[in-house]
Amino acid sequence: MLRVYADNAATTAMSPAAKAAMLPYFDEIYGNPSSPHSFGQAAAAALQEARETVARCLGAKADEITFTSGGSEADNQAILSAAAAGEKQGKRHMISTAFEHHAVLHTLQKLERQGWEITLLPVHEDGIVRVEELKAAIRPDTALVTIMYANNEIGTIQPIAEIGAICREKGVLFHTDAVQAAGHLHIDVAAQNIDLLSLSGHKFHGPKGAGVLYVRKGTLRLQNLIEGGGQERGKRAGTENLPAIVGMAVALDEACKHLDQHTAHVTKLRDRLIDGLLKIPYARLNGSAEHRLPGNVNFSFPGVEGEALLLLLDSMGVAASSGSACTSGSLDPSHVLLAIGLSHEVAHGSLRLSLCHTNTEEEIDHILAVVPQVVQRLRDMSPVWKDMMKKEAV
Amino acid sequence: MAYSAKVMDHFMNPRNVGELDNANGVGEVGNAKCGDIMKIYLDVQDNVIRDVRFNTFGCGAAIATSSMATELIKGKTIEEAMELTNKAVVEALDGLPPVKLHCSVLAEEAVQAALRDYYERQGLPVPEKLQPRCSGSCDHCHCPA
Repeated sequence: MLRVYADNAATTAMSPAAKAAMLPYFDEIYGNPSSPHSFGQAAAAALQEARETVARCLGAKADEITFTSGGSEADNQAILSAAAAGEKQGKRHMISTAFEHHAVLHTLQKLERQGWEITLLPVHEDGIVRVEELKAAIRPDTALVTIMYANNEIGTIQPIAEIGAICREKGVLFHTDAVQAAGHLHIDVAAQNIDLLSLSGHKFHGPKGAGVLYVRKGTLRLQNLIEGGGQERGKRAGTENLPAIVGMAVALDEACKHLDQHTAHVTKLRDRLIDGLLKIPYARLNGSAEHRLPGNVNFSFPGVEGEALLLLLDSMGVAASSGSACTSGSLDPSHVLLAIGLSHEVAHGSLRLSLCHTNTEEEIDHILAVVPQVVQRLRDMSPVWKDMMKKEAV
Repeated sequence: MAYSAKVMDHFMNPRNVGELDNANGVGEVGNAKCGDIMKIYLDVQDNVIRDVRFNTFGCGAAIATSSMATELIKGKTIEEAMELTNKAVVEALDGLPPVKLHCSVLAEEAVQAALRDYYERQGLPVPEKLQPRCSGSCDHCHCPA
C-alpha cells in the first residue's frame, strides 16, 4: 500500500544533506564551543558558520541570531523579554491575534495574569489580520505586536511587511512567529521591518531540537529563560546542540536556495488537492485560498469527526492532522478554526493535509481517492449528517 | 494515546451500524458541539432486544463504544440491557484511554435513552434507572483534560 506523509506542518523528514552535515559533529568535531582548545575551537567555528548561514537566509546579521531549542522557546523568550523591557517604560499592553500558536497565546495569558492587557486582533473568515485594525489597536503603552507569519493550521499568510511598516512608524516592537514560514516563504527582516522572529529547524527538513530567535540589533535586551553559562552572548545558557544547529542551518540554506522551485511544485500539488476535495459535498476550504502557504490544505467536512477521519485515513495510508477536540486532548476544537468563525460542530470535522517538495502527483491521486471514501463512510453512520440531509430535503 | 486492538477492530469494523425502520425504542444522546452524538435504535419483541442498530458522530472511541454497547445488549432482555454500564463496555473493549472514558458513558446513556423511549411508547412507567442524565453540556461526560 502506498503510504503518504501529508503532515509536514507537524514535522518534516530530514533532508539528506542536512543529516549528512550533522554527522561529523557527533564524534569527529565533538568539542565544546566554549573550550579554548582546538577541539572546542573547531566546534566554535562550525557554530559561527551556522549562525552566518541562518543570518544570510533571513537578511540579518550573525550577531542578531540566538540559537534556541525550537520555536516555542524562541516565542517565549521574545515575548517575555519584550515584557521586561516594557515594564521598565511603564508599558503593559501587547497586541496579537486570536489564532496564534499556543507558544505565543499561553505566554500572553501568563502576562495577562500578571496584569498585562492583551488585545487579540480578529482574523476574520479568511484567516487574515486587517492592518487597519492593528493600527487602531496600537496604544502609547503597547510594548509588543506579535503576529504569526503564517498560520500553522490553515496556512494563511499575514501581511507581514505592512504590519512591520506600521509598527516601525508607531515605534512599537514587532515579533513574528515564522515557524511555518521559514524555508517556505521569502523572509527579509530588514525589508519587512521585523524586529524579532522565531523559527524552528524541523519544519523545513532540519532536525528537531533546534530553533532560532532573531533580534534586530539595538531593539531589545533579551532576558534569559535559562540561566547558566555564557553561551549565546549570555542570553541562552547550556552547551549548544551543535549537530542540530549545523543541520538546521544547512536545511534552511537548502530550503531558501530551492524555495521558488519547491513553491512551484508544491503549489501545483496543493491546488489540485484543493480542487479535488472541493468536489466532496459540503466540503469547505478553511482560510484564504490566495494568501496561503504552498503546502497547506485545510478542509472541514460537516457531519464527520476529525479523529475518526484521521484513523481511517491512516489505515488507508494517509497521515494527516485534524483540529478536532479529540486530537487536541481538550473539550474544544481548534482555537484557529473557531477564530475564523467555524461552529464547534464543523470545526470538529476538520482535516489538515500539509505537503512538501517530496510529495508526488501519485500521492495526491492516492489522497484524492481515499478522502472522499472515508468521509462518505463516516457520514453514512453519522446522525448529524443524516439530520443535515433531512433538513436539506425539506 | 493508543487504542487497544479491540477498540480498533470495533472502530474499523463497527457492528450493528444503521437504522431500524421498525424500531420501537430510539435514543439519542450527546451534542454535536462536544463532538459526539450517539443514536441507538431498538427492536424489542416479548421483552427481548431482537435487533439493535446505531448511528454515531464522533471519534474512534465513540464509534467503538457504540458498536460494543449494541453487541452487549443484542438478544438480552430489557432488564438485562438496563444494567449495562460504561465499565462493562470499557472492559469488553480491553480498556480505553482515560480521555476517552466519556465515550463509554455516552454509550451507556444512549442505550438507556432508547430503553426509556421504549417504555414511554408502550405507555409503561419509566423505571428510576432510566431517568435522563445527559445535560446536553460537554462537561457532563467529558473530564476536562
